[in-house]
Amino acid sequence: MCLAVPGKVMEIEERDGTRMATVDFGGVVKEVCLEYLPDLAVGEYAIVHVGFALQRLDEESARRTLALFEELGLLQEEFGDPWEAAADQDRPQAQEARQ
Amino acid sequence: MKYLEEFQNPELARRLLDDIRATVTRPWALMEVCGGQTHSIIRHGIDQLLPEEVELIHGPGCPVCVTPLAVIDQALEIASRPEVIFCSFGDMLRVPGTDRDLFRVRGEGGDVRVVYSPLDALKIAQQNPDREVVFFGIGFETTAPPNAMTVHQARRLGIRNFSMLVSHVRVPPAIEAIMTSPSCRVQAFLAAGHVCSVMGLDEYPALADRFGVPIVVTGFEPLDILEGIRRAVRQLERGEHTVDNAYPRAVRAAGNPAARAMLADVFEVADRAWRGIGTIPASGWRLSDRYRDHDAEHRFSVEGIATREPAACRSGEVLQGLIKPHECEAFGTTCTPRTPLGATMVSTEGACAAYYLYRRLGNAPTPLEATPVV
Repeated sequence: MCLAVPGKVMEIEERDGTRMATVDFGGVVKEVCLEYLPDLAVGEYAIVHVGFALQRLDEESARRTLALFEELGLLQEEFGDPWEAAADQDRPQAQEARQ
Repeated sequence: MKYLEEFQNPELARRLLDDIRATVTRPWALMEVCGGQTHSIIRHGIDQLLPEEVELIHGPGCPVCVTPLAVIDQALEIASRPEVIFCSFGDMLRVPGTDRDLFRVRGEGGDVRVVYSPLDALKIAQQNPDREVVFFGIGFETTAPPNAMTVHQARRLGIRNFSMLVSHVRVPPAIEAIMTSPSCRVQAFLAAGHVCSVMGLDEYPALADRFGVPIVVTGFEPLDILEGIRRAVRQLERGEHTVDNAYPRAVRAAGNPAARAMLADVFEVADRAWRGIGTIPASGWRLSDRYRDHDAEHRFSVEGIATREPAACRSGEVLQGLIKPHECEAFGTTCTPRTPLGATMVSTEGACAAYYLYRRLGNAPTPLEATPVV
């Protein structure tokens, strides 16, 4: 969970007084808070961790890292999908417990 | 050299390895602090590609692994309450407490939800004003700023049903604790790149000077790690001990000033217990008094929970670099990713999990599970 992933800023908007962006992580799109990099612009890349842009990154480095993380399966890991899948497997047990 | 074909640029990897070989004249022990680096090292067999003089020791840099059992038990207690929606990053769900984990709580009817970002938990609080939403705030300096911002936002927006169970830890005091341990063998550190992306380099020169130890800020890709090792070995051979940034594309000397300012506002430095290691002075953060309303420890009475560490688990020694995972008798036998005794086997960044997933070493009897569990 400490792994931060590079992503590309697609759109920026102000929401509830907070600067937010839509960020593309090699196909996975997430909402990201820009409060820690307020001057990040559309088209730029940044290292993003748990929904927050933390540091600017050049495009070439970003693309290289993304390709590697995808190959290692780390993108899925960062975005939590395997854990949700595991949680889903756990649900029948949860329903049983509630009955 | 069997792993080299897995590198993105095998030729550059070979050149870095050749340079390390040409430089090294005697044994050196280097510690990589970050669990993400440990996984990259084991996955790519970097430790096996290095000349035998260069030993990599795996450090305590896995936030899931170092969260103490007492805090896990507190989380389990809070998550079991009917009025609570308990939100956490996914990798905390299978970490064993004294007698169960968050998955079990969920199976027993607790409302435990996996979120990608702490802001998702805040959104859940806004959507459920009649419930108490608690976020499990663990992690190092990379995760603390997002969590700090979320608490700040909760206060700014007046979201009173949101609180955070905080157990944040800091890298520099851990380095100090490792270096002052009588059994310490570490001679150089590969510092965690993304921690430094936030915090910058300010805290490291004093440590490098005091302990005469090179500290090389290192990234996560295999080539980054080889370059970090090359620079550390070069310093060791020359008798130098400076702070060197081998990950400049993601680390600026000042880190991220906005994130550091928010950390200073929301949190205050506190002593923290590290699982398997014990209490390290000033090694963590807690919410400052101004944010006490959002502190789950104060909102819920979670004192007096009896914790029992599993006797067979040697994760504390693994986290301090005193033993390698496969030297634990339980490794791969009674302790596997499906039946973990300790967090180092559960976490996606844990050293035991890395050895289990990528390499089956030691005398552990077969059959070991063939499918990686992540």
